[in-house]
Amino acid sequence: MYLIIAGGGKVGFFLAQELIENNHEVLVIEKDSARAEQLHEVLGGSVLAGDACEASVLEGAGVGRADLILAVTGDDEDNFVVCEIARFYGSARPIARINNPQNDLVFKRRGIETTISATEAILSQIEQELPDTQFIPVMKLHHGLELVELKLNSASPVIGDSPMGLALPSESHVVLIIDSDGIPKIPSEKIHLVSDDSIVLITRVENRSLVRQLIIGSSQDLDT
Amino acid sequence: MGCGRTGAAIAEALDLDDHVVTIIDRDATQFRRLAPEFNGTRVVANGMDQKDLENVGISEADAFVAVTQGDNRNYFASQLASEIYDVEHVLCRVKDPQREVIFRQLGIKTYSPTSSGATTMVAMLLGGKGS
Repeated sequence: MYLIIAGGGKVGFFLAQELIENNHEVLVIEKDSARAEQLHEVLGGSVLAGDACEASVLEGAGVGRADLILAVTGDDEDNFVVCEIARFYGSARPIARINNPQNDLVFKRRGIETTISATEAILSQIEQELPDTQFIPVMKLHHGLELVELKLNSASPVIGDSPMGLALPSESHVVLIIDSDGIPKIPSEKIHLVSDDSIVLITRVENRSLVRQLIIGSSQDLDT
Repeated sequence: MGCGRTGAAIAEALDLDDHVVTIIDRDATQFRRLAPEFNGTRVVANGMDQKDLENVGISEADAFVAVTQGDNRNYFASQLASEIYDVEHVLCRVKDPQREVIFRQLGIKTYSPTSSGATTMVAMLLGGKGS
């Protein structure tokens, strides 16, 4: 595997170290020449001083034969441009670090399927800890789909309904019901939703607030 | 987006032509470049932030022009305007000529003052030699 890492900050450096230890061919592209020099002392020839947003730098790095491009600078717009240019020149799969979770949507619209957001990861951890959280993003899947969990209370508009009869947006499916005792149940016509049930469903990322409104009845946006 | 010399000049020209103009910049002191008779709205906002864009009414905009100092910022905001908010006319300034060619092929209408300026100046020099 040949991997190009754009950005030699802490994330880029530790990624490179791990990947090199696993015998992968790695090249870190770092814009700041002093930082690049510093990286060179530890990583040797696996460092290129230059701006990965410049097409000529990426071409010089052999982007055409790269399998993966990891855009991990601290700026979402720079990671976006690195991925766009890499896709323009080759077929490397782009993986981008993002800081603002809202930016996930525009990355996905441009075909950058894999984004990693520390903000989002920490948020989903703490949301599971908070007792009154009703909407929990569980996991991002490919193609802009995600797994979410919704906790019902007595005010939820779907109380008494069957999980099979919910008017969900297209490409959304209920996959599991977890009752208040923590018993998982496969959705069926026979189940009627009650307060304190949890619905686990698969939906598109952009349908989050719609799904939340349909099932919980509030349009409060904590995380979108 | 971006109230530098270019942004301010574009905003004033469109305002004079009776368009409804909002100019945004992250730095309020940049609005000093606008003439006092400018009728448009000045908003301190980050054009790469979807909430900021929504607050200035991006969904109702017919056109979006990105002219900050950063090529990547301009491109990112232009893609937001185009992909997320379906703005009909999106125009993006890109100083790096290499990036400009790529961004244009990726579907964004671009203008590079670097290549256009160089082309114009070469033409002026060569034109001058002939006369």
